[in-house]
Amino acid sequence: MITFSYSQLLGLVAPETILVLTALVVLAVDLLVMRESSLRDRFLVSGLFATVGLIIAGAWLLAINVPAPGAHEVVVGLPMLTGMYVDSALGRLVKVAVLVLTLCTIVMSLAATFTKHVGEYLALILLATVGMLFLISAEDVLMIFIALELTSLSLYILTAFNKRSLRSAEAALKYFLFGGMSAAFMLFGLSYLYGLSGSTGLHEIAARLGGPILDPLVAAAIVMVAIGFGFKIAVAPFHLWAPDTYQGAPTPSAAFIASGSKVASFFVLAKVMTLGLAHSGGSAGWGGYAPGWLPVLAVLVVLSTFLGNLAAIAQTNVKRLLAYSAIAHAGYALLGILANSPAGLTALVFYVITYGLTVLGAFAIVGLVEEATGEARLVDFAGLGRREPMLAFCMLIFLLSLAGIPPLAGFFGKFYLFAAVAAGGANLSLLWLVVFAIAMSAVSLYYYLQVLKQIYVAPSPAEPIALRVPAATRVLLALITLVILVLGCAPNLLLGYLLAAQ
Amino acid sequence: MNEFPLISVLTFTPLLGAALLLLPGVGDKGRARGTALAFSLLTLVLAGGLWWHFDPAARDLQFVEKHDWIPSLHAQYFVGVDGLGILMVLLTAMVTPLALLASYRIADKGPAYYSLLLFLQAGLLGTFTALSFLHWFLFWELSLIPAFFLIKLWGGPRRSEAATQFFIYTMVGSISLLLAFLALYLTAGTFDFIELAAKGRSGELARLLSSKLPAGSWPALAREQLPLVIFAGALLGFAVKVPLIPFHTWLPATYAEAPTGVTMMLTGLMSKMGVYGFLRLLLPIFPDQMRLVLTPLLWLAVATIVLSAFAAFAQKDLKKVLAYSSINHLGYCLLGIFAVAKATGSDAQWTTEKTAALNGVLLQMFNHGLTAPILFCFVGFLEARSGGLRGLASFGGLRKVAPVFCGLMGIAMFASLGLPGLNGFVGEFLIFKGVFPLVTWAAALSVLGLLITAVFLLTVIQRVFNGPLNPQWTGLADLSRRELWLVVPATVLMLAIGLCPQLLIGHFNTTVMVMVEHLKF
Repeated sequence: MITFSYSQLLGLVAPETILVLTALVVLAVDLLVMRESSLRDRFLVSGLFATVGLIIAGAWLLAINVPAPGAHEVVVGLPMLTGMYVDSALGRLVKVAVLVLTLCTIVMSLAATFTKHVGEYLALILLATVGMLFLISAEDVLMIFIALELTSLSLYILTAFNKRSLRSAEAALKYFLFGGMSAAFMLFGLSYLYGLSGSTGLHEIAARLGGPILDPLVAAAIVMVAIGFGFKIAVAPFHLWAPDTYQGAPTPSAAFIASGSKVASFFVLAKVMTLGLAHSGGSAGWGGYAPGWLPVLAVLVVLSTFLGNLAAIAQTNVKRLLAYSAIAHAGYALLGILANSPAGLTALVFYVITYGLTVLGAFAIVGLVEEATGEARLVDFAGLGRREPMLAFCMLIFLLSLAGIPPLAGFFGKFYLFAAVAAGGANLSLLWLVVFAIAMSAVSLYYYLQVLKQIYVAPSPAEPIALRVPAATRVLLALITLVILVLGCAPNLLLGYLLAAQ
Repeated sequence: MNEFPLISVLTFTPLLGAALLLLPGVGDKGRARGTALAFSLLTLVLAGGLWWHFDPAARDLQFVEKHDWIPSLHAQYFVGVDGLGILMVLLTAMVTPLALLASYRIADKGPAYYSLLLFLQAGLLGTFTALSFLHWFLFWELSLIPAFFLIKLWGGPRRSEAATQFFIYTMVGSISLLLAFLALYLTAGTFDFIELAAKGRSGELARLLSSKLPAGSWPALAREQLPLVIFAGALLGFAVKVPLIPFHTWLPATYAEAPTGVTMMLTGLMSKMGVYGFLRLLLPIFPDQMRLVLTPLLWLAVATIVLSAFAAFAQKDLKKVLAYSSINHLGYCLLGIFAVAKATGSDAQWTTEKTAALNGVLLQMFNHGLTAPILFCFVGFLEARSGGLRGLASFGGLRKVAPVFCGLMGIAMFASLGLPGLNGFVGEFLIFKGVFPLVTWAAALSVLGLLITAVFLLTVIQRVFNGPLNPQWTGLADLSRRELWLVVPATVLMLAIGLCPQLLIGHFNTTVMVMVEHLKF
């Protein structure tokens, strides 16, 4: 037995520690020093501290003690702790992506006016990020559950943060009730896995659950876990909270739920399925059905892409539209897990990262429109192309990327995902899913173009309300647009790192 | 390997122009048009340089640039031209400035319009030079988006429906193409057109595909049928674009509703993307599958030729007449391509016929790319003068008030119906010369199309130019100097090619011979 020291442990979780300290500093500074300052100054100073903390954590992840590609550095010492915290090269990249998305969220909220509790708001964002980072590193069901709850609880509060809005409160309550329910399902499923295998580590679970025939109890556990995660990542038919939450939550919170938390949740879901249930996959191939988690996920993919895309067509509020499109995109992303291969994991990570960035940008613009007009209906975007050509152009790029039009990052994300899943099943047998997903993604073009039609074709209202666009948001949008264009033309800039890290 | 990346520079020049036009400083309309024109002329000069330095006798691809792009997907940035590619590049570079000139009336959101048009040109140039699927597909789609917005924002009264129809059709085509090539990539492990063609020729591709499909895994499909399904997917993508009847229904509305400049790009260049796809991808990669369904394909080509000619005859709207006539002319190209695909063994006589037919196809692509846009441009002039009227019966006796207009449009129409001495004749003659011995019945039936084309084009001349002058148009202005600048160079070119087709054929004959050699085994 190797001796175990706390300093070693703290060194390993340094980025998370830094973030926790940052959150405390932000809270203290805002409450103790900035009490009397204007809202704007408080956001600026606290945001600055948070940014510094995020950058230090990111630099640590990229520079210090980076594990070799493929190698998994596991905290050992107490046997009970095995798999609690795994430091891998790929995990670090995903963590950096989450940090970048958090940073974007913080920049987005700098000009917010919906709350006076600046310190609490930013601290909660940082604490949610800590949860996500732990989630990415966890390979142990207990740890996964705790990290997931840390993230979720922070997100519930972030959703409710606009105390002046009834919608915000309603959104948070729905999110909370659904979230609590899903946690119960998940815990129930995980308890079965523990009971059957006698371990909470994903590797041990996999090793002890292997068998030629799927145990019915394992099947029940799979379904429960899928339901639990299904709620968290908002795939149909567990998506009902998403449109209301996206619409009611303050825009930066909604963007954060749609971007950062998705990246972390998908990564850990992929781990639970491909590592923890490695031998219980079954098959979702055409004409080659075998029970396991693959067919369960395939059903979720079909339902999400179908319902998400069709329901989005009927929306008149752009936030709700983005919510339904998020459901559809969650369906596509599940394909990466279905591929059940390293290529699939890479494709999944690339997809959720680019999706997160895009949707964050789109939410930022929708938030600006909503702030000016009070609501983000489709007609509120009329004539935006003339009034705000730069915002309109950014929105064009974001929506076309979400629709998967080349040469934008969204196209490569989807293409890589589809290629991975088609290659994943033996004998092209998963091609039917690809065909279905592509057909559904063609449907999605329609509603994205509806928004663009309002922006570019519809005439401006007689007395348009001027948008107030903070300079920081403008810079942020320009940067995201640039990244999406560049990653579309040269996806290898990101893909190369992801592949090298595996 | 060439030291100077001429093709990349050529492709990115219009893209640079498009980006420049989006900058806020170029807001004023006149300057935007000047900038766009300057960039398109610069592209033309570069294309001219490419044409000049192209070695007509070389059998290999020229001006090749090859760089790794996404190593994990084996995707490369791979460009190069052979005789086919360079012909299309030249055509694109020539038609775009004409389309820009024809758009001088665009008043609303001028910079955006010109920017999108240059964007479209970049997409086309990329499509005609890219030799690796992913990179090619990027440009293929890149040309679709500006075309959609150009129709949707600047088109005629029913532009919204037309744009949507256009988009849906071409998008479905693109998706089926993407799926087909995804399946090819997963079996052959490459996106490279040249490698795929080599594997297709040797039959290795079909073997790989069947081995991917153990018996019984896809219940409804026999082993041998998978390559055929994939071929059908790719075929759909190109058949919509050309179009091949029955995938043509988007075209008349789109051509009629798009603004003149855009219609010129659509008919002159975007329809060639389809034919190009047949020549660059379907024929080399899937020769066996094409042979399996050759007879139905030939029937479709004959139907395209004959039915579209009849449809054109029945139209009352000049733009729709030209739209159907455009389908008809591209039908000859498809007829030539399908006939060439016929298995004939290695008899030297067939080789000559096939070479003739393929030379004809390439020439016809260029001729149609030149003549059809000019005809649409003339109708655009007429429309501008008459305040939007373009009915066949709305005019009459225009010859008396606008002799130069009628004379030049007459030349273009005769070129279109294939009068000897003008460019249209040589291409169609070569196609029929080649196709007739190869598949006599198809050629014989298609002659009917030639006849009807002559009839409806002469009807147009008779109704619009001749007869008693419609008193409404006594004040109709003849061509202005600006319009002459547009049409005279094109007319000179029609005559030049008609009299000396060797100017073009010389550049692509070697490529055609290589293609025919590859087909014969």
